[in-house]
Amino acid sequence: MSNFSLKNMMTRQDVLGFFVLAVLLLVIMPLSMDIIRLTQFGKYLSFAFVAVGLVLCWGYGGILSLGQGVFYGLGGYALAMFLKLEASSPENTAIQSTPGIPDFMDWNRITELPWFWEPFNSFTFSLLAILIVPTIFAYFIGFAMFKRRVGGVYFAIITQAISSILTILIIGQQGYTGGVNGITDLRTLLGWNIRSDYASYVFYFIGVALLFVCLFVAQFITKSKLGRILVAMRGQEDRVRFSGYDVANFKIFVFCVGAAFAAVGGAMFTLQEKFMSPSFVGIVPSIEMVIFCAVGGRMSILGAVYGAILVNVAKTYFGESFPELWLFAMGLLFIGVVVAFPDGLAGVYQKYCAPTVDKFLDKAPLFKRYSGDSSYSGSSSSHEPVNAS
Amino acid sequence: MNAATATATNTDFVLAVEGLTVSFDGFKAVDDLSFYVDEKEIRVIIGPNGAGKTTVLDLICGRTKATSGSVKFRNKELTTLKEHEIVKAGVGRKFQNPSIYEDLTVFENLELCYPRGRNVFGALFFKRDAKVISKVREVAEMINLKDELESQADLLSHGQKQWLEIGMLLIQDPDLLMLDEPVAGMSVTERKQTAELLRRITNDRSVIVIEHDMQFVAEIADHVTVMHQGKILAEGSAEKVKQDPKVIEVYLGH
Repeated sequence: MSNFSLKNMMTRQDVLGFFVLAVLLLVIMPLSMDIIRLTQFGKYLSFAFVAVGLVLCWGYGGILSLGQGVFYGLGGYALAMFLKLEASSPENTAIQSTPGIPDFMDWNRITELPWFWEPFNSFTFSLLAILIVPTIFAYFIGFAMFKRRVGGVYFAIITQAISSILTILIIGQQGYTGGVNGITDLRTLLGWNIRSDYASYVFYFIGVALLFVCLFVAQFITKSKLGRILVAMRGQEDRVRFSGYDVANFKIFVFCVGAAFAAVGGAMFTLQEKFMSPSFVGIVPSIEMVIFCAVGGRMSILGAVYGAILVNVAKTYFGESFPELWLFAMGLLFIGVVVAFPDGLAGVYQKYCAPTVDKFLDKAPLFKRYSGDSSYSGSSSSHEPVNAS
Repeated sequence: MNAATATATNTDFVLAVEGLTVSFDGFKAVDDLSFYVDEKEIRVIIGPNGAGKTTVLDLICGRTKATSGSVKFRNKELTTLKEHEIVKAGVGRKFQNPSIYEDLTVFENLELCYPRGRNVFGALFFKRDAKVISKVREVAEMINLKDELESQADLLSHGQKQWLEIGMLLIQDPDLLMLDEPVAGMSVTERKQTAELLRRITNDRSVIVIEHDMQFVAEIADHVTVMHQGKILAEGSAEKVKQDPKVIEVYLGH
């Protein structure tokens, strides 16, 4: 299995990048922030999941989705529904005219739990639903679009329409979804108080751990032949067909992976913010997610994480002081990045910092014998197979 | 190479095109075309611009859907298959403009066309093993790109790009190779090298070539098909076709 060894999967710059990010997220941030800020930071990270998925879809595969909020929302809602049902036990909701159902249903004169809420009484089902529902939904969208060879701008517009439709649906069906307020007032997870500081710390670290799982999956995909097929497809879709590949299947796959990542992010948002609302599903948040990815660098999975963090930090500090200006600033930022730094932060790093870092790594004893670079780029010597058992 | 051929019934031809027609808004780009390609034959298609030469290749490889007619490759109907299925059946196609994966290296370009791991999970868990590496090197040697394996493909010269695309087909090991103007835009030296290359690679497979350079055509062709306005104007050896008055009038004359 030599192909799946660390060396084939990561260059030493990648290893360093993962390491720096891990130190930042696991050590520096928790030590330098109080829990309120750390939870806020965890919220930013929940968007990083989406951005990483977009690197695969958009950066590698050339599939621009302006509807990632759909999957983020579906993941978030799946968990929120479970938590809401737990918070709506008959004892907690005794004052309602129908005890035992979520409060917003009661306000909307619904007297019975709708059928599609029933399975969310099960924790296992809810966990699976977080991943599976958005993935299956993405599969259907992808199948319908890519098999018919709908792509490019048309695909972007359709995904945008879908995110708009879902928002309208959620807001319109207030009795079943909580409407524009979303699902709020979440309290416990399997009887455990999720509002304690301790829980917040736990969720933060779970979020970071899951982010790293997604990053490793993304890294594996980008360094596999599938990753190279995606890059090939982006430029010469037709040619890939004549190399013997069914292009649609690869697009569907990567779109589903992007959706699954977004869904995990959405669920982490629900856990840390203790609510989920349609304001994370619609067109504006979906486009924001693309901007996170563009700012970070659409060919860099680590860049996407930094992009998500930086834009969100800017949004919090700038956007909260000048909310009416924020959308304009965001638009300008997007245009500016695309025009001036098409490869985003990662591109800037590659150009200005990477050579220096490389020189430094050449001297660093830890990295001296690590030859991951040449192994992937495939210099003549590294084409020799490694006989590993 | 293909054991099934022996037991096949319809024809002994590698490729049998019969009554092939495609019309775009009433304009028949290819009109009731029939021709047959033999085992290991090199067939050259010539004809004036707009004769429908490239469209014929598009029809065979599934890029364009036929309005009517049939294309049988080793007695397998191709007109109902998708592009990647036609590739799997053993038909390789080189495009007129070099169409290669510019963001990838020469090695990766060739590796991508290696006929293994062509479905999603096959590609995800594809392993760059000794077999792949030696095959890639072997092909790179044939197409004179042995020293460029690590170069990004968009840095190659025009001629090298053409060779790379030919290499990408070779690694697929197709039974039928279709080349659309393989020497277009090449320098004289590159032209020579390409003719040399084509001669070597056409030994053990059938080839359809579209070409304008008559000298080159005479050099490589077993049979020449002359197309005009979507139909076959003449067919035969290069010598015979050259002397055909109709061909001289519409194509070679001026």
